Amino acid sequence: MEKQGKITFINGPVVEAKGMSGYIMRELVYVGELKLVGEIIELDGDSATIQVYEETSGMKPGEPVFSTGHPLSVQLGPGIIGNIFDGIQRPLPFLEKKSGPFIERGAKVSALNPDEEWELKVLVEEGDYLKSGQIIAEIDETSVIVHKIMVPPGKEGEIIDLVPDGRYSIDHVIAKIRDEEENITEIKLYQEWPIREPRPYSDRLELGEPLLTGQRVLDTFFPIAKGGTAAIPGGFGAGKTMTQHQLAKWSDADLIIYIGCGERGNEMTDVLEEFPELTDPRTGKSMMERTVLIANTSNMPVSAREASIYTGITLGEYYRDMGYNVAIMADSTSRWAEALREISGRLEEMPAEEGFPAYLPTRLAEFYERAGYVKTLAGENEGSISLIGAVSPPGADFSEPVTQNTKRFVRCFWALDKSLAASRHFPAVSWLDSYSEYLTDLEPWFKDNVNREWLELRSRAMSLLKEESRLQDIVQLVGEDVLPDNQRLILEIAKLIKVGFLQQNAFDDIDRYSDIKKQYWLLKIILYLYDQAKPLVKKNVPISQLKNNELFNRLLRLKSTVANDEVDKIKDFQNEIDDFYQQLADDYQ
Amino acid sequence: MLKKEYTGLANINGPLIVVENIDDVAYDEMVEVTAPNGKVRKGRVLQVASNRAVVQVFEGSTGLNINETRVKFLQEPMKIALSKDILGRVFNGVGEATDNGGQIYSENKYDINSNPMNPYSRQYPRNYIQTGVSAIDGLMTLIRGQKLPIFSGNGLPHNQLAAQITRQAKLGKEDEKFAIVFVAMGIKHDDARYFINSFEESGVLQNVVMYVNLADDPSVERIIAPRVALTAAEYLAFEENMHILVVMTDMTSYSEALRELSSRRGEVPGRKGYPGYLYSDLASLYERAGMIKGREGSITQIPILTMPNDDITHPIPDLTGYITEGQIVLERDLFQRDIYPPINILPSLSRLMKDGIGAEYTREDHADVSSQLYAIYSHVNEVKSLASVIGEDELSEIDQKYLKFGSEFEAKFLNQDKKTNRNIEKTLSLAWDLISELPEHELDRLSEELIDKYYRRKDENGET
Repeated sequence: MEKQGKITFINGPVVEAKGMSGYIMRELVYVGELKLVGEIIELDGDSATIQVYEETSGMKPGEPVFSTGHPLSVQLGPGIIGNIFDGIQRPLPFLEKKSGPFIERGAKVSALNPDEEWELKVLVEEGDYLKSGQIIAEIDETSVIVHKIMVPPGKEGEIIDLVPDGRYSIDHVIAKIRDEEENITEIKLYQEWPIREPRPYSDRLELGEPLLTGQRVLDTFFPIAKGGTAAIPGGFGAGKTMTQHQLAKWSDADLIIYIGCGERGNEMTDVLEEFPELTDPRTGKSMMERTVLIANTSNMPVSAREASIYTGITLGEYYRDMGYNVAIMADSTSRWAEALREISGRLEEMPAEEGFPAYLPTRLAEFYERAGYVKTLAGENEGSISLIGAVSPPGADFSEPVTQNTKRFVRCFWALDKSLAASRHFPAVSWLDSYSEYLTDLEPWFKDNVNREWLELRSRAMSLLKEESRLQDIVQLVGEDVLPDNQRLILEIAKLIKVGFLQQNAFDDIDRYSDIKKQYWLLKIILYLYDQAKPLVKKNVPISQLKNNELFNRLLRLKSTVANDEVDKIKDFQNEIDDFYQQLADDYQ
Repeated sequence: MLKKEYTGLANINGPLIVVENIDDVAYDEMVEVTAPNGKVRKGRVLQVASNRAVVQVFEGSTGLNINETRVKFLQEPMKIALSKDILGRVFNGVGEATDNGGQIYSENKYDINSNPMNPYSRQYPRNYIQTGVSAIDGLMTLIRGQKLPIFSGNGLPHNQLAAQITRQAKLGKEDEKFAIVFVAMGIKHDDARYFINSFEESGVLQNVVMYVNLADDPSVERIIAPRVALTAAEYLAFEENMHILVVMTDMTSYSEALRELSSRRGEVPGRKGYPGYLYSDLASLYERAGMIKGREGSITQIPILTMPNDDITHPIPDLTGYITEGQIVLERDLFQRDIYPPINILPSLSRLMKDGIGAEYTREDHADVSSQLYAIYSHVNEVKSLASVIGEDELSEIDQKYLKFGSEFEAKFLNQDKKTNRNIEKTLSLAWDLISELPEHELDRLSEELIDKYYRRKDENGET
């Protein structure tokens, strides 16, 4: 007999039901005659509290609650990449076909298209003994991602039945394996996995390789490692979404999962229209070939927003298990936290800080700890998940609970500064408030792959910027003219770093993506100029002479005039600096 | 099915009433409440348990009593009848006609809580709307299908600016149909009158639909009013293929009504007593702006809100800014210096601007000119604060030029008459007039080509 509860109480997305003793905690249920998707979040004797992922308008007490027997899960198989899903993995293009441009309720659709056939290449033979997570077969999911069909975690055994290469749909049983207890497992092209449970791996590895983003302020000053975590806090208009979009476009990850969590609908549309047009600089293929979008915009049901980040990260873990480096952008985690708060409020839980539930830090920690660089379950591959979460602090006040608690669990902090944004300095990443704890982990990589003196160069530039900020405090009080020339030179050099290096134009075809070598040389040339000009200050050459407008302006434009593969042009610029200052030195002899 | 009617209430608390011993009542269903004196008012189910429902009464609970009040459950969510006849008409906050034109009758009834738009079905807005206001067109361009609020303060000329935008905005090409949906939430009689007069003057009154909830009307209706208005806008845009500009004022009164109701329900308050779901609730309104693939119409929103105490970090402007695609921020200091419109450009922004300007839509130099003006004006403010410490005379020569730029920019570019309608060419040309007052090497956001083409170089006599 199918278990069936009855609704007793409805308050927005929170529904209570009785007759629920046979149900399990966190079970996926269908609520009411419309069969809206819900999840059990509390069991108390015979009654249960259910969080419903769709609008409950029109629902009545007495309507049934249908059991499914399993927790809220996602379908993992080919067809994920290039797709756009809502917070509970319903494909939005399919919802459009079903109910038009406005999403209707109770639309039950399969996450992956059951009719589509995939060209399968089998890699194992009958009689092989397969471990958990071992790869059985491959599918070219897109032109850049090879999808690997794996033994689901927790299952293993000898292959007793296997299909040959060919075209199959996701429901087709491609292999059967029998373990030592004679249990037989059928393997299809997809597996299911509960979203709130991290997928297992065999070992966590140390981080040592940067996730290059092509954004100079991030890669050079505050780099993130593959498998690392970062937060981007900033008030509205500071450019969180722009920065997240830039990261999604230019990061050197194999796969990008972009979670639009409680944000604007048009932003998702922007990604949908723009990404297919863009070419990935590493593969030469369309960006969409390596992108998955999760869109649960602010006007979509709030409880599905809560689920969306778990859906996204579970998809990411699945591809990590195949051996890919996955980068996940969550925009914005504050909206997710607010969804927690909203549901908590409806449950009449005792609130902690600013009305957020007391378990907010626990949830944040659980989420960010799902990032990492791992050896896969079968030990065949290495893969990683890098997590970059935007934070939207109310009133741009970083002391609020979500920012503060996020800070505890991430190791990169890219603080966006409102005053930089107001002067249209983008990306508006503050060099004074941001930090990266990965510097020492990544130093060997940069030494081997970029330049031996990378860290030193970075530190010098950083201390110049720090010095400049100190000097600016003085300038604010007494004006620039009273400073000695060596300090005025620091102001000029800092300006070169800010405009010629840190500022980056996302809309300029050359400037939008900077190769790491180009980044190194751009910074190097600015400090080279400083080194040439500095001795002349001692020789009493006035600052007005040292700061040659023409030379400085050309240096400032190098970022957008020199393409990534023309780095030598930046090196050549050293000669011009030499010539100029040599001439100047001669004149003042 | 017979609609059930119950007599007697269990509890009355402000606009909320509790009905007990009920059967077969749905969440969010509409009700009719009949007072002891026979007057009927409408309400909506906010919360329902097996035998008990909490109902929000739209016109408030004054005059109701426990024993005799009758409640009838209508078995459907709130719907309004819509047809093209709504154009040129005036309604109250719950969609009942208040002019002399009679009620709207139509076969087509629409649920005021429309389903969320599928992000996949949206069309990204790209066509710019020329408002004729230089600050907006040049620096925070309005795009058709955008939601761009005006953040204002009490006493600032936000109404005049909104009226000027609606009057001058070229919403579509000549042959395209456009209309304005105006929704007033808790505004003063005088303000409502000002808008009506301004629509009349510009001769668009027959293309305006008004939903008016005045300051002394029941506050619960304020929560319904924008939903009714946006439902009408969606009908006109996506079924009648019109381009709709929705002016919503004042979002602060709306949010306060929401807070009032929330506290009556005994909910856990978030910041400043506003409910924790204020963000989601505002988003359910603002996100109804936009365009749909394959449909002709569009909905552009200009919500107006008055920032309490001019504080932009107050929850209402703060959460609004997180949802809308930019904001136009008015500033008291500029207003006091008699600059109209007193737009502080630094915190102002249009997020959709980047894709709706440039050679294809406005002019090739638009994006860079805008970025340059922002950069210069931001520096002007630094110079100003320095000047206030050391005095203007002590400033370096170049900083004095910046200071001059600042006052010229405010007087010539920002400032314009309420009747002046500047086209985009004029606006950009004004911008170059100002930029050309600074030496070329200070212009770090403009390419050499653009400088060669537009910068007005001076000869020795200072002639351009």
